Formats: sequence, structure tokens, C-alpha cells
Amino acid sequence: MERKNKTTGVVAGIIANLVIVEVEGPVAQNEICFIQHPESNLMAEVIKILGKNVYVQVFESTRGLKIGTKVEFEGHLLEVTLGPGILSRNYDGLQNDLDKMDGVFLKRGDYTDPLNREKKWDWTPIAKAGEEVSAGSWLGEVPENGMPHRIMVPFKFEGKYTVKSVVEAGAYTVDNVIATVTDKEGNDIDLTMVQKWPVKMAVKAYNEKPRPFKLLETGIRTMDTLNPIAEGGTGFIPGPFGTGKTVLQHAISKYAEADIVIIAACGERANEVVEIFTEFPELEDPRTGRKLIERTTIIANTSNMPVAAREASVYTAMTLGEYYRSMGLRVLLMADSTSRWAQALREMSNRLEELPGPDAFPMDLTAIITSFYARAGFVYLNNGESGSITFIGTVSPAGGNLKEPVTESTRKAARCFYGLNQERADSKRYPAIDPIDSYSKYLEYPELVEYLTKNISEDWLDKVMHTKTLLLRGREAQEQINILGDDGVPLEFHERFWNSELIDGVILQQDSFDKIDANCPLDRQKYMLEKVLDITEKKFSFDSFEDVNGFFKRIINELKQMNYSEWNSDKFKAYESELETIMKERLN
Amino acid sequence: METQAFQKVYTKILNLTKATVTLKATDVGNEEMAMVHGRMGQVVKIMGDEVILQVFAGTEGIPTNAEVVFLGHSPQLKVGDQLAGRFFNAFGDPIDGGPDVEGRIIETGGPSVNPVRRKQPSDLIATGIAGIDLNNSLVTGQKIPFFADPDQPYNQVMANVALRAEADKIILGGMGLSNDDYLYFKNVFDNAGALDRIVSFVNTTDDPPVERLLIPDMALSAAEYFAEEKQQKVLVLLTDMTLFADALSIVSNRMDQIPSKDSMPGSLYSDLARIYEKAVQFPHGGSITIIAVTTLNGGDITHAIPDNTGYITEGQLFLRMDSDVGKVIVDPFRSLSRLKQLVIGKQTREDHPQVMNAAIRLYADAANAKTKQDNGFDLTDYDERTLKFARAYSEQILAVDINIDTEKMLDTTWELFQDNFAREEVVVRQEFVDKYWKK
Repeated sequence: MERKNKTTGVVAGIIANLVIVEVEGPVAQNEICFIQHPESNLMAEVIKILGKNVYVQVFESTRGLKIGTKVEFEGHLLEVTLGPGILSRNYDGLQNDLDKMDGVFLKRGDYTDPLNREKKWDWTPIAKAGEEVSAGSWLGEVPENGMPHRIMVPFKFEGKYTVKSVVEAGAYTVDNVIATVTDKEGNDIDLTMVQKWPVKMAVKAYNEKPRPFKLLETGIRTMDTLNPIAEGGTGFIPGPFGTGKTVLQHAISKYAEADIVIIAACGERANEVVEIFTEFPELEDPRTGRKLIERTTIIANTSNMPVAAREASVYTAMTLGEYYRSMGLRVLLMADSTSRWAQALREMSNRLEELPGPDAFPMDLTAIITSFYARAGFVYLNNGESGSITFIGTVSPAGGNLKEPVTESTRKAARCFYGLNQERADSKRYPAIDPIDSYSKYLEYPELVEYLTKNISEDWLDKVMHTKTLLLRGREAQEQINILGDDGVPLEFHERFWNSELIDGVILQQDSFDKIDANCPLDRQKYMLEKVLDITEKKFSFDSFEDVNGFFKRIINELKQMNYSEWNSDKFKAYESELETIMKERLN
Repeated sequence: METQAFQKVYTKILNLTKATVTLKATDVGNEEMAMVHGRMGQVVKIMGDEVILQVFAGTEGIPTNAEVVFLGHSPQLKVGDQLAGRFFNAFGDPIDGGPDVEGRIIETGGPSVNPVRRKQPSDLIATGIAGIDLNNSLVTGQKIPFFADPDQPYNQVMANVALRAEADKIILGGMGLSNDDYLYFKNVFDNAGALDRIVSFVNTTDDPPVERLLIPDMALSAAEYFAEEKQQKVLVLLTDMTLFADALSIVSNRMDQIPSKDSMPGSLYSDLARIYEKAVQFPHGGSITIIAVTTLNGGDITHAIPDNTGYITEGQLFLRMDSDVGKVIVDPFRSLSRLKQLVIGKQTREDHPQVMNAAIRLYADAANAKTKQDNGFDLTDYDERTLKFARAYSEQILAVDINIDTEKMLDTTWELFQDNFAREEVVVRQEFVDKYWKK
């Protein structure tokens, strides 16, 4: 799409942030242009072309814009700048560094450099002269907040190249030439640490993308134990407001087994982003001993920021994720909330006067969501290393109704479903993930089952399935009790119900504000699940349903105290032996 | 506003609809204000040399040869200390018979605060209403609506909150206020001697409904002036946001846009977020706190307006008539302040979180007991005691006419615990029981 001369045009129509530009010369779909508003240049993206009329969505407010204003087309799509120095930065949806902006209020047309051009990085070469390389090949690395940041052959390069030279180890800025490669025609190309990539295109500089097969430990019991997400897998969390979506997402990003965390705050509350800004620099990273913010990048496009940039923000986040994945790192990508992204699509589709689909969303909503989720995944790179992007998005269903288009479309794309339940949230049973409606398709993957069998235990899957059955039977028993009354059902129904309460209280519920309980490693999860299942197998003797209630409340309390105690500490063991004593009272 | 000599006057209107006029004009900016036949209008769409103007007061009686003058600016407001104590309409013109305000002109509906320049909200706002301060504490920089049915006294409660909160400025944005309510606010503020710290922008039911779309921007621009430039604590009251959203749907309908859920425009979320997200805590101490009213239709919170609002605001306050005590209470179950964790037990007494939770749990037990009673089952002694507790709790804590400080709220709750329960039934951390259980 490179052109010698920039295509230009003039503004011919304005409807909110949709602008119609009359153009002389070639223009590409999704090309970026700048509208030369006297106050400041406004960035926009081509979304439709009808003859000479090019429809662009402006990433800023179009207030005061006049007909006849000059527009210059850039000859490239919406791109992000990739290079060392992305971690622990706070970007807006278009990758502008928010900290570099002047003033308290966001200024229209204030575009800032995402990278630090002065900083010198400690370079170590990997590739050697004479080696054959292609897009994504590692040329060298620099340490970025303790992570090996690989400098690669730009993703845009097609075919094979030969390394002519690589600079020696030393300190360089991102703009210094660090390698020279030769293409097939014998032309030398100088490379720096910086490359650009269009956000709406998937980076495909890898060898293969197998089905995910490894468990991604999140430290959250109801996920890891009951409905695990795989490394490189996809999941989504729908829930009405007030059911704890954001708290859950923050918990996952704190403890999940990932090298890099990218959070796209997409059309959500600014105070929640401020919470991340305030908390993450304080939080100790359990994996590296550094601060959590050092391996985190935040894309903040809060709900009051321009809508078109909100649409771009999730793509920006995904592209940054793909960049780090190509370095052989495990990336966890969180987007809160994908509904706001879909709404941005709806607003634009509406202005384009497209025929609407359900709830006025664009007809291709499912296709857009599916192809976005498809960019996540576990990959083997061309050099044999592996990397992954695990993607978890939240969905804010209108009116809490899961039969709305965004939830339904996402259900087709994501493999794990963590439905938040209003009733659970109301009764403060957090995380409010519904244990019966939620699912993980990965439990049906033989690859993952093999991994679980090998890494946890032979009969792990059976245990998980059995747990789910117990929960379901508990719910059925509860319904019977509610209909027939406490005395109207056999004692066994109460036991069934309380067995499920036991699993709920000890395994499902987890206090993400408690230092110890917030993160539960897999071996501990295994121990607790086995403990709980063991109790459900025991034959206790009860005289009345009140006995059942009282007894189970006591053992749940002991087990909860174990959850709150340091793993295998004296306190933990003390509660465990108290538990044994209580149980003996009722054992025949 | 008068026509000035250099301004070009257009006199040929091409199209007229109920809410818009179309004419040929050049050098017009998007969102620019204009005077159409003596009524305020705003540019909403430009296609080549055709400009479409939305006329706020409607187009009844506008002839095709009406005078149209473009004003060369988007909606604006004169800000200055003189705003205090004054009442304005949706265009920022005085409606209290007073003189025009001297001050600097600013554009309303300006850009948002850079998220990295915000501070995490951390200052408690005391209102004296225990249902709020004890169970759903408000924090400066927060945005929270009352979800209320139209027959509930939300405006009275809001006026009380405004007067008791220690705010430097209170800005009232009234949308579709009945004239009675407008006079009510005026009298209450006047009688309290608080008029000098109050600025009001009011669109009453007598005014054209579409005009109220300008009210939140006016109110919040004034708020930003006081909070950012003067570093004051500003409280913004917006009532009623449902009527604001209704006006949005009227406009969107007349612009032939495809409606989404509940005939609301597809951009409802963004439109509401743009307003509510003006709530902010600045590092220098100035802040904007927004308390709004969203009236519900028969308590239905799944309707697009309360639903979208719930996703934007930091919690919601529900009012409910408690027929057992004959008072309006702040419903402890459905109300939520998401930011209370930042202040309770930190800026308030240490036992606050535990006492709050224990009381709500016991109140929930009472609700269960009541269901049992209604279904004709026998009540246990514990059930009876929870019911007794619930009545007292409703009357002495939850009722909206309460005005006490948090210390007193906590003491009262402890007394109610002691009157009705044994220590172990309350389940509060032992150290607090030892300290506050006096009997």
C-alpha cells in the first residue's frame, strides 16, 4: 500500500464522529487519515468507500469541524509501535502514552510516542551473520523489567532474508541500527528495535498453532478445579452489574501463571482504572518478586473517551499480546468489557445506516467477535520455542439477560464460560461464578485431560466430574426441600444439599481480599478437593435435619479456616485435626 | 442573544421536521449553535452545503423564510464566582430575574480527564442518613444514582444530602423538574441559608423536553470550573436522568436512527457515561461527586436506562416504603456503594464494616422470618427476635429522615444487637464485641 504521494481529500459531510471525505486518488479500506482541523489534526480510519466519497470514523470529537477542511491519507492502516519499553506503560486505545500528555484534561489530537527514544537498552545478540531469518526471527534481546524482550525481524517482512551483520552486545537506543539483513535481490535493510504492525491484522509469524493442551493456573479454585482454562485458551465472563466481574478479572490478572499481563479497560469506569494504577505498583508479584506493574501494560479507554478509539483499544491490546507471544512469552490478555466494544461497533453501524441485526447490533457481530477471539492461542514459533495468549473477556449483558447478541456471539467464540450469577452475588458467595451453568470445553480436549492426568493425578477428571454431579444433586435436593419443607423430605436430601454446600463453601467460594485465600496453588486445590470429596463419601449418623445443618456448618467453618491459613502451617494442621474431631462425633 | 452586524443571515429553509430544519449554508462548524426564528438550535449533521439543525424548542410555527443565524460557537457557559446562588436555564441564561453573570466563557461538554491524572477517591461524604452513611457510604469523586419509583421522595432526600454534605459548591441540574419541585429546591436551599453555595441549571416541565439535553453539560462545566480551577469539593445533583434519556430517544427517533433496546438510542451507554464520568477526584483536593436520580418504571431495573446506568455508576441507592414502620427507607439489600471499601473502618470507626455486615445479615434473617410468617409457618424465638430487630433497625437506622453521625449510627446498631440477640448470634469479631457490647 506504499504510495509515492499522499492521497488528499476534503471534508464533505459530518454526522457526529462519522465524516465523509471527497477524495482524489487511491484510498484503502481501514487506511488512516488526518483531518487538518485548525485546532489540531484529528486521526480517523476509513470504514467505507462509495465512489469518491470515503467514510471515515474519527477517533476524536468532531466539534467545530467544517466542510472543506483538508484531509491527508497516510498510506497505512491503524498501527501500533512495537519495541522495548511497552511494559508498565499506560496507553489509550490508540497506544498514546497517557503519562506523556500535558494537562489534566485530554486534549483533542494530542498524540504521544508510545516508546522512550532516549533510553539505552542492554543489547545481547542472538542471530549471527549468515543465518537465514524470516519475520519473527529473534535477532537479539534486551532485558525489559526482568523479562527477556526479543528483538525480531519485523512481522511485515515476507519470505527469507540473510543476516548480514548484528551489532555487538552493548547499550543502544531503540532507534539505533542493531542488525542488517539482505533480501533475495541482494538489497541490505537496516533494522532497529522498533517495528510497526496494523492492529486489525493477526500476527502470523509462527510455525504452528496446536490446540491448547496445558492448564493455565489462575489460583482461583472454581476456575482451575471445576472449569479450567488452558494456556492459550479463551474464556469469557458475563454478568449483570454488581456481580463482581471487575474484582474477578483483577484477581485473575494478579495470580495467573503468565509472564505478561495486558489489561484492556474498554469503555469502563475511570475510577476502576485508577484502582489498577494505584494498586498494581504496590502489589508484589508472587512470581518474580518484583512489582506486578512491571510486567503489566494497561490500555485505558474509559467510557468517556471517544467511541471509535474504544473499538481500536481491544485490537491494540491484542497486537501487543501477539508481539510478546512471538518472544516466547506467556501472555494473559484481559478485556473489560467486550460489550462496550460491541456497542462502539453498533454506534458506527448505525451512523453508516447499515441494516441492523438483533438489538441493532451489526449483522457481522458474531464474525467480528469470533475472529478476534481466534487471535489468542498457544503457538510454536519457528525456532521451536512456544508462546501463548490466553484471552479472557467480560461481557456486560443488558438487563442481565444472557440471551442478548453479545453474549450469544461470544459463546460461539470462547471455549470457557464463567457465568456470574446474581443470586450468588446477592448472598455474597464470591466469586459468583455459577458452578452448574459454567463450562470449560477444554475438559473435553484429550490433550488437556492427558496433561491433568500427568500433572495432577490419574483420576483427577473423574473427581472433577463427580464434584459437578454432587453440586447438581445438591441443587435438586434444595429445590425439593423448598417445595416439600424441611420435614417433608428424607434426611438423605438434607445430606445431599449440605454436601453441595460443603463444596460451595470450601472450593467455590474464595476471598479475593484475603492475603492467603486470594491465591490457591494447584497442589493446594487438589488437597482441598480430595479432602472435601472424602467427607462427602463418609457415612455420618444424624437424628434430624437440624443435626445435619449444625454439623455441616461446623465442618465448613473448620475447612474455611484452613483456607485462610498458610498452607501446611501449624494453624492449618490445627484446624484440620479439629475437623477430624468434629467428624468423629458423627461417625459410626 | 442578539444578531450582530457581521453575521450572515439565512432566510431559506429547505426542509422542516418536528425537531429539525435543513438549510444551505457555508462555513458552519459541527455542533455549532444557531438562532432559528428566535429559538436556539444546534448543528447535528452537515452534508455538503446542507446543514441540519436541531431546534431545541421544536419547530412549531417556524416558516420556511425564517431567519437563521449561526453563532460561531458550540454550547458555552460564562463561569465565575458570580454563578453562586443563581438559577439558569439550559442555555445558561438567568431565570431568577437577576443580572447576567460576568465571567470567562467556556465551552460545555469539554474533554474528559486523563485517567492517569486522577486520584483514587478516598474522602468520606457524611450525609447524616444512616441508610447511606452506615451501609452505603459515599466518597468524593463518586457517581451514584438513586433508583426510585416516581412516587418516592427522592428529591427531598437528595436536597437533604446536598445540604448536609460538606461541599463547597452544590450544583443542581434539574431536567424535567415540575415547577413545584423547582420551587421546593429553591425554598429549601434558601431557608437553609445555603443559597450562596448553590448553582442551579433548571429545565422544568414547562420547557421544551429536548432542551434538557444541555443541562448535564452546563452543570458539569460549572462543576469543573469550581473543582479544577478553584480546587473545591463540588457536589452535582442530576434529577431526573430518566427524563434526560427520554429526550435522547426523542431526538434519535426524529433523526431516523435505528433504536436499540427499549427504544433507546444505541449510543445510550456512551451518552450517559460521558456525563457520569465527569465525577473525579483531583490530586489537588478538588473533586466532583455526582448524585443522580433515575426514576424506574415499577421498580424494573432491567430497563435500558437503569441497566446502562448501573454499569456506569459506582453503585446505586434504592428507596423503598417500609410498610411495617410507615417510613421510606434506604433498602439495604439492593443498595450498593462500590467505593465504600475505600473509607469504612478507615475514616470511620474500626467496627464499621463488621457492624454493617452483621446488621444486614440479621435484617436478611428477618426477611426470611417474614416470608415464613406470611406462609403460615410457626416462628421460632429467634425469628421473633429478628423481626423485632428489623422494625427497630428500619425505624432508627434505615429511615431517610434520620440525621445522626456515624459514631451514633454504630452505637445505635450495637444497642439494637444487645436488645435482641445474644453475643454469639451477632457474629462480630471478638475484639469488637468485648469493646462495644456494654450489657
